[in-house]
Amino acid sequence: MSIDTKTAAHVAKLARIRVEEKDLPALANEFNTILGFIEQLNEVDVEGVEPMVSVTPMRLKRRVDEVTDGNQQAKVLANAPDAREGFFAVPKVVE
Amino acid sequence: MLDAVYSEPKPKVIAGATGDWELVIGLEVHAQVASKAKLFSGASTKFGAEPNSNVAFVDAAMPGMLPVINEFCVEQAVRTGLGLKAQINLKSAFDRKNYFYPDLPQGYQISQLYEPIVGEGEVIVNMEPGVARLVRIERIHIEQDAGKSIHDMDPNMSFVDLNRTGVALMEIVSRPDIRGPEEAAAYVVKLRQILRYLGTCDGNMQNGSMRADVNVSVCRPGDYERYQATQDFGELGTRCEIKNMNSMRFIQLAIDHEARRQIAILEDGGTIDQETRLYDADKNETRSMRSKEEAHDYRYFPCPDLLPLEIEQDWVDDIAASLPELPDAKKARFIADFGLSEYDASVLTADVASAAYFEDVAQGRDGKLAANWVINELFGRLKKEDHDITQSPMSAKQLGGIVELISSGDISGKIAKDLFEMVYTDGGDPAALVEKHGMKQVTDTGAIEAAVDAVIADNPAQVEKAKANPKLAGWFVGQVMKATGGKANPKAVNEIIASKLGL
Repeated sequence: MSIDTKTAAHVAKLARIRVEEKDLPALANEFNTILGFIEQLNEVDVEGVEPMVSVTPMRLKRRVDEVTDGNQQAKVLANAPDAREGFFAVPKVVE
Repeated sequence: MLDAVYSEPKPKVIAGATGDWELVIGLEVHAQVASKAKLFSGASTKFGAEPNSNVAFVDAAMPGMLPVINEFCVEQAVRTGLGLKAQINLKSAFDRKNYFYPDLPQGYQISQLYEPIVGEGEVIVNMEPGVARLVRIERIHIEQDAGKSIHDMDPNMSFVDLNRTGVALMEIVSRPDIRGPEEAAAYVVKLRQILRYLGTCDGNMQNGSMRADVNVSVCRPGDYERYQATQDFGELGTRCEIKNMNSMRFIQLAIDHEARRQIAILEDGGTIDQETRLYDADKNETRSMRSKEEAHDYRYFPCPDLLPLEIEQDWVDDIAASLPELPDAKKARFIADFGLSEYDASVLTADVASAAYFEDVAQGRDGKLAANWVINELFGRLKKEDHDITQSPMSAKQLGGIVELISSGDISGKIAKDLFEMVYTDGGDPAALVEKHGMKQVTDTGAIEAAVDAVIADNPAQVEKAKANPKLAGWFVGQVMKATGGKANPKAVNEIIASKLGL
């Protein structure tokens, strides 16, 4: 698989990262290098091998259904560029 | 499998300029898990709180915060799966669905794309007595709800509340087995009924605890049967998805409108673009959500913050053992044990509280009579005051008492209605009230005879008429009932009048 500049621009847009037109070829190239490495990994035969999800055999940690958090509106909003009446205020998004 | 006693409903047909069209519908229902805390944080799920007060740093996606799963939410998804007779997957896993929106601070929703916790199940959707559709469930997965954006508080800004962010959702995905707007609404009603019986979701559509995305396509008669035979989607038309429907009425209107829109395009020689649409209830139309199109590239990948979810068969078995009696089983039992019609049994099993109330009234008494009094008198009376069964001023014991007095012949049906009103309004023990107010039916033939004699003696002209035309005897019955304050046993009155008049 090969990434062209158009695909690179699309991926950048999906990730909401601004990339100048002139930087796209270099970005596409980087993607291709990464994918090339993945291709190399694909050469290993993993037929019948379960994907490894953790280095140590662990069970997913669970929580009981109790309210232990919240009621910190001021803290939650503290980093917001704009907050009004307890809400985050953001530029208008309308469907 | 659908019980042999049911036949399938006819698919909805829309007549076009070039021939008939049929509808094919599949639904994705989002049901909020009825948990106290969120799926991955300890913040409250309570609806209607101060904005951004039910928010943990995990929900606000503060750097370094990690999700820890709420085991109760997992249990509810399993319980729901078992209630829909579905396959439970002992191993499932979480994936990230990536998109940007102000009410999704993480920039991704944690969901289960590749390995959902629940696999294939089924729902029997009852349309009318004897007619039902078997709708196959494809899967149920667990995911996070998003926050809420409010667009009408300021002309230039949208306001975001993260209270709903991270509340556990069960997404219940059906196969395209639904064939009309009414069936779609009936499917949601049935699903909501099952979820409420199970207690896994409160089913409150107004508050958004239950929402549906509706997939609609149209095809020609015969196409759908070919799809069912081959499971090849190529036989069906291109579908559009209508997002976020939260009322049964809108679901039906939106489907009908969307089907007609597609038919108009196809009959004009056009093609349907697969897209996401929004239903506008004010204009009764659907419109494209173009902004969603590019964002549809969600770049799912396994969530690195969460290990796979492994559950044990013993645990699933324990949940299965604790399942309540579900609507279909309860209905069948009411029909078998109490001799109810399918219709009455459906009405009485619509919700758990009504069913329990009826059972208390009917236990050890005449089931059909109990059903009549619960449905016609009590439900009717409650509806008048906009009350539901849990707000009934009359207990099941009291109504049972009235039913018993009718069955034993102690009071007539007419007196029973007066007694019902007395107990409903002022309370009290029905049997004691009957004694106190002398409402007992007169079965003493001597007393009835005396009343009949008096009416006959006072109305010689009517006697002559009745002798000529026996149908007029009813007039005498009325007079005698009046004279005895409605307390005379009507059967005894009829017999005595007939013999006295020599009919």
